[in-house]
Amino acid sequence: MEVDKVVCLPRLSRVAVCGGTHGNELSGVYLVRELLKEEKKAMEEEEEEEKPVSVVLVLSNPWAIQQCRRYVKTDLNRCFTHASLNGPLSDSAPYELIRSKELNTLLGPKGSPEAVDLVCDLHNTTANMGLCLIAYSDCDWICLHTFKHLQASTSNIPMRYIHFDVPKEESYSLDSVGKHGFAMEIGPQPHGVVRSNIYTAMKFGVQHMLDWVRFFNSGTIIEGGFVDVFTMVKHIDYPRDSETHNIIAAIHPQLQDRDFCLLHPEDPLFQTFSGETLRYKGKEPLYPFFINECAYYEKGIALSLARKRRVMIPAIRVQTEQEQQASEQGFGSEEEE
Amino acid sequence: MSAYKNSVCFNEARRVAIFGGTHGNEMSGVTLVNLWVKNSAEIQRKGVETKPFIANPKAVEKCTRYVDTDLNRAFSPENLSAPGGDDLPYEVQRAQEINRIFGPKGSPEAYDVIFDLHNTTSNMGCTLILESSKDHFNLQMMNYIKKAITPASCLVLLNEHPLLKYSTSRSVAKHPVGLEVGPQPQGVLRSNIFEAMRVILKHALDFIELFNEGMEFPPCTVEVFWVSERIDYPRDANGNIIAMVHPNLQDCDWEPLNPGDPMFQTFDGKTIHYQGSGTVYPTFINEAAYYEKQQAFVTTRRETLVASAIRKA
Repeated sequence: MEVDKVVCLPRLSRVAVCGGTHGNELSGVYLVRELLKEEKKAMEEEEEEEKPVSVVLVLSNPWAIQQCRRYVKTDLNRCFTHASLNGPLSDSAPYELIRSKELNTLLGPKGSPEAVDLVCDLHNTTANMGLCLIAYSDCDWICLHTFKHLQASTSNIPMRYIHFDVPKEESYSLDSVGKHGFAMEIGPQPHGVVRSNIYTAMKFGVQHMLDWVRFFNSGTIIEGGFVDVFTMVKHIDYPRDSETHNIIAAIHPQLQDRDFCLLHPEDPLFQTFSGETLRYKGKEPLYPFFINECAYYEKGIALSLARKRRVMIPAIRVQTEQEQQASEQGFGSEEEE
Repeated sequence: MSAYKNSVCFNEARRVAIFGGTHGNEMSGVTLVNLWVKNSAEIQRKGVETKPFIANPKAVEKCTRYVDTDLNRAFSPENLSAPGGDDLPYEVQRAQEINRIFGPKGSPEAYDVIFDLHNTTSNMGCTLILESSKDHFNLQMMNYIKKAITPASCLVLLNEHPLLKYSTSRSVAKHPVGLEVGPQPQGVLRSNIFEAMRVILKHALDFIELFNEGMEFPPCTVEVFWVSERIDYPRDANGNIIAMVHPNLQDCDWEPLNPGDPMFQTFDGKTIHYQGSGTVYPTFINEAAYYEKQQAFVTTRRETLVASAIRKA
């Protein structure tokens, strides 16, 4: 990739901001509610001027929100695979499967030209992760540039970009419904709680994300640079009792809250209830994250591990109308290498 | 014979229970009790039968606070005597069963002591919860624990408020002791929180053993935080929360809150100030389970209680 080549990408006309995909992750629930109030007020005051970007605000899982639970029958954020979205719907289908199809109609269909341009899905974690953008790609320049812009805008909260190396065909989360998408994950916050500092950070994140989208749409060339990307390598489960499957150790006090602090071979991982230290037996130092995330106990994940690398991102600008038409007629490709 | 005048006699505490999982997603107690059910060596003391017990097994299985209704509010006289069997909410049935095993509440057959293990999302550290300012046995136990863990701290919360007091699972016993340790998210097990709870229980059981062996505990004073008032979140006409605990108050359990201090922050950034008439000591600040109970925090006042000398009868 030539360093001075500017990549031209289609306009981001429609952005979805989704809260309450997990009903007890409250920053997103409250933020979307507040944004809906502001939007209603703006409509009542008849601010009808042409907006550079249209924002769709969604409370993803209303039933789970109402009960302040992660989900009612099954995790909504695993219901967006092509198989789930296009499969048949039986009478006994779980609530979240029905809902994922509704959301796919509203924001997608996934994989089609009608899908929204960008999905920003709001989450909280009990892990000490600061603000993370989580995406399936390490070369989606929209996601990476959004992150770069956020990171440059404040030093109040640590920020990281997490890459889940899952092929597009196997993507399963709500953010995969848009042409571009990411989860905005902020912690630490207990589920069922709103912490003012975390809410403020998320409000900031969403505002600056939308500011960046408008800036991109305005036609300016946005300079390239580099982003440190954490690519997920593997998960580690808790040690468990072979009969009952109950956990028999807790995250070691020296690891607790140390997300993104490099974990070396032989570093403490767990402390058994009888006080024994269990150590990391991997050969490669890796970066831990999602350390002691409440919702992952049932998924068999005590922590996840990532490799860090520096990714160069090109300068980008929005396609002009002619470029957009040409590309739609198949003369150009949407994303350049 | 007593070395002190006005020494109060109590029967030996022969039957003690440790409840975990009164709330199914408060993991320290669930984990400790499961451990001790498997191997009770750590909680054995001479002359005491100590029974570890999962209070709400269905809620524990689902890792949820409760299934139908909050077990820790279910031990009212009405509930304990309600007919209806299987038609009753799960936790009311469970309360009746617990009352049969460890009570009956208020009778001579009731267990001597129940320790009820809880976690909170609030930054309360280790807190012992007392239900009566006149329970000298409990006051002496709490004094013993506080001294034993020095320089670490363990505060005492007294809830004797006629309206705010509630019917806890531990209230079945003659001497109910609540143990609340935080901050810990629901459903999460933090090693440091788990160990802190374990140490407190160790000292509590040591106290009981010493008492049963005939040790006399001299009069002492115990500083308590006495529950005054419940403060709800500001809400709109539809009952929706419109402000959060202010960043200056968040995590400041037990620190003085003065009139005029920031208390809440609206979602658009405005500050709402505390309007009380004097300084109070807030706690249970931003406890997840209390959103539905209309409680952002409780205010307390600091008092010093005097405990009489105690010895076994």
